[in-house]
Amino acid sequence: MKPIDRQLVQHHLSDLAGEALYIHLETTNGAYASHKDQSFFSAGAFIRNVQLTFLQGKITGKGPFRMGLETEQGWLYAEGLTDWEIDDEDRLLFAGHDSTGKLAIALEMGKKPFPK
Amino acid sequence: MEQHVLVILPHPDDEAFGVAGTILSHTQAGTPVSYVCLTLGEMGRNMGRPLIANRETLPDIRKNELHEACRLLGIEDLRRFGMRDKTVEFADQDALQSRLFDVIDEINPSLIITFYPGYAVHPDHDATGAAVIQAVRRLPEGDRPTVHAIAFAEGSEQALGEPDVVHDISPYYDQKMNVIEAHQSQTAGVIETMKQRMLEEDETVRQRMLIERFWTFPV
Repeated sequence: MKPIDRQLVQHHLSDLAGEALYIHLETTNGAYASHKDQSFFSAGAFIRNVQLTFLQGKITGKGPFRMGLETEQGWLYAEGLTDWEIDDEDRLLFAGHDSTGKLAIALEMGKKPFPK
Repeated sequence: MEQHVLVILPHPDDEAFGVAGTILSHTQAGTPVSYVCLTLGEMGRNMGRPLIANRETLPDIRKNELHEACRLLGIEDLRRFGMRDKTVEFADQDALQSRLFDVIDEINPSLIITFYPGYAVHPDHDATGAAVIQAVRRLPEGDRPTVHAIAFAEGSEQALGEPDVVHDISPYYDQKMNVIEAHQSQTAGVIETMKQRMLEEDETVRQRMLIERFWTFPV
């Protein structure tokens, strides 16, 4: 992955508006967070291969970046995004890595389902 | 000496930290070791240092690391169950127990190594241990293999007593480090610190690396 170029990402994002997409969205603080620090409140979620079509999507911020996708019925929101790539299968992958390189958030969109 | 050892863990690299020395002691004595690994650690947070993986490439990278770790450990029988990281406790438990039972029934191990349910920190660890215990209990009482379980949750000793199986794996230290190092995407960046602390004779790290501890589970 490479650091997010906001303008370039916005260009690719706008191209996907109106397309039926499969989404992977995830936040995580790691399964060991509360083990290493008992006062740490561990929370996270992931959803994989939910289908979505957005009407308009934006990437904002100075980095780490935020992303909001407006759909007919609601919204998708993500923050803490630092890196991105378009992979071999033409999927748009975003991730947020902390200062030690650990993944904290992932947001991915593709026209075909991700492997289960 | 064991006849056949079966290791059942959910994530590639689970075998590296707490079990590698014990596995090496068996394979080098000529005892076959089979390894059932339930997932590919698809949801890991470590993506390598520098970054070498993303969420979608991580499974393949970890699969290769797992195969290399098995080669270093002398494990010739690796069975990947194809489950997804983080989901073991939510999967059909009866189906999982049946798959595990079938492997146990086929291999007929004298010893199984897995996690101690309820005392293994990660929900996948606890769920794996629990499913293994249920699978073993499908066997008639006299036919059940010994189960050595790994516990490392806070308060394990208070609840379970001291571990009754304690292996000093010093003779296999270098090889164990190589196994840990094979899981490059997960361990690059921490391995140098670990080696340094070993050289400085940091007692906590020495204990963690050189002593592998298990509780015999009452099956």
